[in-house]
Amino acid sequence: MSQVITDKHGIQHYMITINVNGDDYTRVVKANTLLVNVLRDELDLTGTKKGCELGDCGSCTILLENKPVDSCMILAIEADGKKITTIEGIAESSELDKVQEAFINNGAIQCGYCTPGMIISAKALLTRNPHPNEKEVREAIAGNLCRCTGFVNIVKAVLKVSEETNDKEVISNE
Amino acid sequence: MYLPDFDYYAPDSLAETCEGLEHFGAKAKVLSGGTDIIAKMKSGLLNPEVLISLKKLEDLKKIEYVSGKGVVIGALSTHNDLVNSKILNDKYLSVSEAAHNMASNQIRNIGTVGGNLCNAVPSADLPPILIALGATIKLVGTKGERVMLLEDLFTGPMKTVIAENEILTEIVIPDQPSTGSNYIKFGLRRSGALAVVGIAVAVTVNGGTFTEAKIAIGAAAPTPIRARETEKFLQGKTISDDLLAEAGVIASGESKPISDIRGSAEYRRDLIRVLTRRALHKAINEGHV
Repeated sequence: MSQVITDKHGIQHYMITINVNGDDYTRVVKANTLLVNVLRDELDLTGTKKGCELGDCGSCTILLENKPVDSCMILAIEADGKKITTIEGIAESSELDKVQEAFINNGAIQCGYCTPGMIISAKALLTRNPHPNEKEVREAIAGNLCRCTGFVNIVKAVLKVSEETNDKEVISNE
Repeated sequence: MYLPDFDYYAPDSLAETCEGLEHFGAKAKVLSGGTDIIAKMKSGLLNPEVLISLKKLEDLKKIEYVSGKGVVIGALSTHNDLVNSKILNDKYLSVSEAAHNMASNQIRNIGTVGGNLCNAVPSADLPPILIALGATIKLVGTKGERVMLLEDLFTGPMKTVIAENEILTEIVIPDQPSTGSNYIKFGLRRSGALAVVGIAVAVTVNGGTFTEAKIAIGAAAPTPIRARETEKFLQGKTISDDLLAEAGVIASGESKPISDIRGSAEYRRDLIRVLTRRALHKAINEGHV
């Protein structure tokens, strides 16, 4: 296990290393430190939001080993040694990712609070299944609650990315 | 929302895990996916001094077919592992579908089968279909292991027969003659909802007659229950629409649901009547869906 330091109050602190958006970060965390708080407070990656903090709203969605998860429900120490992608790492270059572009162009953002999590869920779906139908899109974002848009334009944006993705590109990206 | 302080251990082996649990006794809780326990700790409903994480027990993360035994599901398989398992998709799609109807994609990537069973929530989605398919579980403790029927695990809401030093390691769906199975969850939303009731059936049909029918119902009593009177009623009978409708009435009569925020007892009983008929119909006509 990772290195353990016990402080004068008897509280244990653990050294963990996580790979976030391609870079390794080593931090000392307590057992009760949540992954979302390491990302936001320690690494200043505040694109990941906190909403309900009980695993219902999806604002804190990140990719853990390429799978979307609620980072508010995971202990930082449980993610030791793992690969994480946050909204800040979703675009491969300085240009926005196609999903981000589509959200802007289709009016899929209103207050914006759900958007990072929503884009992470949409990106995970499109990576696994580049041409989803509407039902699959709605199912993939069912764990991301939006209280502004009514979801219609979000679904439209994701389907637009699918339409504009030609299969040659998909294969070469794999 | 922050968690209270606790000590954390992630043992390398099953034996160490059980020893740790025995050592700390009631002070310790097992951390599997954590989607239930972390929510409870945040809400102040649980305050364990020690969490013992199972994350290093890689052997418990597999789903495999063992010939002569059946489909062996490691307790640390996530719900999405069930959804995506080729073995389950081929043999018992009904189990994959039950997992697919749970929570959200994010939670299905974290929460585990073992956690879902051990929490023993009466409305949990996996127990009914696994019970209907005659699943067994293995509990490993410091003094050895025991294998039992999953339906004998539950003793009440959030209560099981698991001892403090034991953990659930695997679930086995035994090879069986059943010709079809199905789980119908009735939730108030399509996603992220607990079952108001959940009905699972596994049937063995031969030439239009029930050789055997197993029915398990969730959220209809303090634990998932078998609808044994209904099962007895169906055995040996020739399948007809009237027969299935009558089975629904009997199942409704032998359930003991409560009224709560999601539905009244009367409503639940009526759902059980309708959904038992539908689940039987599907299992008879569409196989293990």
